[in-house]
Amino acid sequence: MDHLLEIEKIHCGYDGHDVVNDFDLTLAPGAMISLLGPSGCGKTTVLRAIAGFEAVNQGQIRIDGRTVSSSTTRIAPEQRRVGMVFQDYALFPHLTIAENITFGLTGKSPKGKQQTSDCLLELVGMEGYGHRYPDELSGGQQQRVAVARALAPEPRLLLLDEPFSNLDTELRERLAIDVRDMLREQNMAAIFVTHDQHEAFVMGERTGVMHEGRLLQFDESFNLYHEPIDRFVADFIGQGRFLRGELLEPSKVQTPLGILHGNRAYPWEKGTAVDILLRPDDVMIDEDSPIRCRVKDRAFRGADTLYTVGMEGECELLSLMPSRFDYKVGQEIGIEIEIDHLVLFPSQD
Amino acid sequence: MHESLTDASGSPLTNGRRRLIPRHLNKWHLASGALALLVAIPLLVVFSGWLKPETEIWTHLADTILNQLVINTIKLVVGVGLGVVSLGVCLAWLTARCEFPGRKWFDWLLMLPMAMPAYVLAFVAIGLLDFSGPVQTALRDWLGAGNFWFPQIRSTGGLITVMVLVFYPYVYMMARTAFLTQGRSTLEAARMLGAGPYGVFWRVALPMARPAIAAGTALALMETLADFGTVATFNYDTFTTAIYKAWFGFFNLQAASQLASLLLLLVFVSLLLEKSSRKRSRYHDTMRSGEPPRIRLSGARGWGVTGLLALLFSIAFLIPFIQLCLWSFEVITTDFDERYLGLLGRTLMLGTLAAVATVVAGMVLGFARRYQHDRTTQVTTSLATLGYALPGSVLAVGIMLAMTSIDNGINSVFESIGLGSPGQVLGGSVLALILAYVIRFMAVAYGPVETGLARIRPSLPEAARSLGASPFQTLKSVYLPLLRPGLMTGLLLVMVDTMKEMPATLLMRPFGWDTLAVRIYEMTSEGEWERAALPAITLVFAGLIPVVLLMRRSLKRR
Repeated sequence: MDHLLEIEKIHCGYDGHDVVNDFDLTLAPGAMISLLGPSGCGKTTVLRAIAGFEAVNQGQIRIDGRTVSSSTTRIAPEQRRVGMVFQDYALFPHLTIAENITFGLTGKSPKGKQQTSDCLLELVGMEGYGHRYPDELSGGQQQRVAVARALAPEPRLLLLDEPFSNLDTELRERLAIDVRDMLREQNMAAIFVTHDQHEAFVMGERTGVMHEGRLLQFDESFNLYHEPIDRFVADFIGQGRFLRGELLEPSKVQTPLGILHGNRAYPWEKGTAVDILLRPDDVMIDEDSPIRCRVKDRAFRGADTLYTVGMEGECELLSLMPSRFDYKVGQEIGIEIEIDHLVLFPSQD
Repeated sequence: MHESLTDASGSPLTNGRRRLIPRHLNKWHLASGALALLVAIPLLVVFSGWLKPETEIWTHLADTILNQLVINTIKLVVGVGLGVVSLGVCLAWLTARCEFPGRKWFDWLLMLPMAMPAYVLAFVAIGLLDFSGPVQTALRDWLGAGNFWFPQIRSTGGLITVMVLVFYPYVYMMARTAFLTQGRSTLEAARMLGAGPYGVFWRVALPMARPAIAAGTALALMETLADFGTVATFNYDTFTTAIYKAWFGFFNLQAASQLASLLLLLVFVSLLLEKSSRKRSRYHDTMRSGEPPRIRLSGARGWGVTGLLALLFSIAFLIPFIQLCLWSFEVITTDFDERYLGLLGRTLMLGTLAAVATVVAGMVLGFARRYQHDRTTQVTTSLATLGYALPGSVLAVGIMLAMTSIDNGINSVFESIGLGSPGQVLGGSVLALILAYVIRFMAVAYGPVETGLARIRPSLPEAARSLGASPFQTLKSVYLPLLRPGLMTGLLLVMVDTMKEMPATLLMRPFGWDTLAVRIYEMTSEGEWERAALPAITLVFAGLIPVVLLMRRSLKRR
């Protein structure tokens, strides 16, 4: 299968300090993926390396089989046919919306430019705004124009750097879905960088989780949540707590809450100290359960309530219950673990 | 994480080992380094005199004038320093913190004296107040000769007064901004802790504004030390006049350079003061919680302040301005001729050339600073913008000496290959004069360019690149249109400063390149005040442009 983008073990950074380490990624034409991670994890640097704004110290980046970045080569950004949507939109304040959109079109007649601009404005739902200036538009509208402008020169690949982070929450979700649908319609390959997992899951068919310059896991969102292969991913995606235990058999763990069974086998030695990931939806409150604990905190969230429950020792778990069950802080309750596969990590100490 | 205009040039980068230039140096380092050298060379030339001090000149200088020069300079610096601090701070406090009739007008009227070159106010003051001037003549007619006392204007006190009236706006402007940005909460906290309005001023507002006041004072003192025209009009000997005499009177560039090096030492002291206080003044700007309420000066006190400020404004600007207009009117039929138009044309031409060259240099520095965040670039840019501290006469000496030795080199090369010597090529050329302006006013152009660049988010040029624009196209279609206001400001400021510049122009102008400032010098040194008025009023009108620009900026800050 032909790859549009191949990133092979790249390192980026300055003065011997690598911001990105050993990063691998491939992308098929038309694919849309997300890069997710906390700020400073190197996700934006990867994006900028693909665009040609950051140098690559080791490894290489190929677009359509042509090496665009390596330790010895760096093709200029304008020669890569890669579009970019910036966090602050980066609309040119001295140009009208139409002039912004047609900025990247060269060798087209004024009429052709006008057509492209009208066409793209229609695509992003901004018909009739061509003669306005960027500062006359709202944040969401500017965002749409930024997408239209990046699409105008028909790039091979579109890079989006936290494009929704300056918008308020409600608009953000709606626009994310809109932009995804626009890009699908154009069959545009895209890489979307964000620190917000919900956005990442909306935009990307698959999502890569980055931490300290490394790509830890690149997978579908379901798997990132239910089958994290790295402790950081388990912590970063969704909520949950770790429960200390001891491996009895490859798929059986002794815990303070009793013995837990799973359908996955771990190759570690018997007796290894392990941490078991328990998501809030794995822990059910059941007043008749013999496992007793106390409600330490509760967060009412409308349809459901997230309880933090504590047991003897320092052990603490999260439990998500429909909000019609109403337990008070300090109340003694019983809990039940309902889990079909165990996610284990070797204990850290 | 910063974008770069050129390093992604599309060509393979060579490996560090094969490079001629060390890898960490690039074209921005070279460009800003070259501009820094431009400033450094005249400085080094002037100081290199110390390597082979000519004892003969030194003993001669020490025996004759050196003592007097040092004493005169100290008197001037102390007098002007005390004057600008007290006047500038008082006026700033009154317009920033108090309310009285006409306060909004005085906010900007008090900046206008900046528009008048010091040497212009000097000759107007002497022309008006000297023994034979209209004021004393009128008094004599009225009271009879010998029946009244009148202060001698041609005195140290007179000179200091003139300089204070022209240079106080530096302190006024910076102190005013400091007072306006101190923020309500700090001052209210002081009131809550039991300080009265005067206690707040002495114990909180003034100490907080001290770095800004010090920076403004340092600028005023640099102008004082660099001044040539005013002290020459007053026949008051300082280093600048001594340099001029050594150069033109005795044609002794060596002696001029020794004197210049001494003057430079004094300038560096005020430069250090300015740099160190500027660094500290940054911390105070951060706390902003609204403008504090003004102290209302009502009734007689309020009108009293209004009257005093009106008197000050009349003395510093209005009366001299009217007098200049009257004198110009007297001579306009005879003096508004081809000669005047020629002076004006050459002044504008030099101003334009210098402005364009300086702004281009300022842009190079601005881009170097934007793309390179390393120590090397910091050092080169701050060295390159040091020129505003160099007195024009010192610069002239340094550049002339450097150019002369380059000329000598060229001549000996030409002679050795049997072509005959071409004589003076660089020394005494327009190029050398423009170079002096560029060095002196680089900081003036760099300021607005840097402010303009800082407002252009890095993502804008990056967006242009990702849309297929080359570095040059990015410069043309993104940077230049967005920088235009800053570039225009820079051009205007440099142009006006060049037009007003006197000592370097006087010393370096090629034959036939007299300017308005040179004409003013010639006429005032012969005591022909009326005939100096027409070029002077022209310069005052030009000088109003940057003051208006400055005013708009500082009024916007409120």
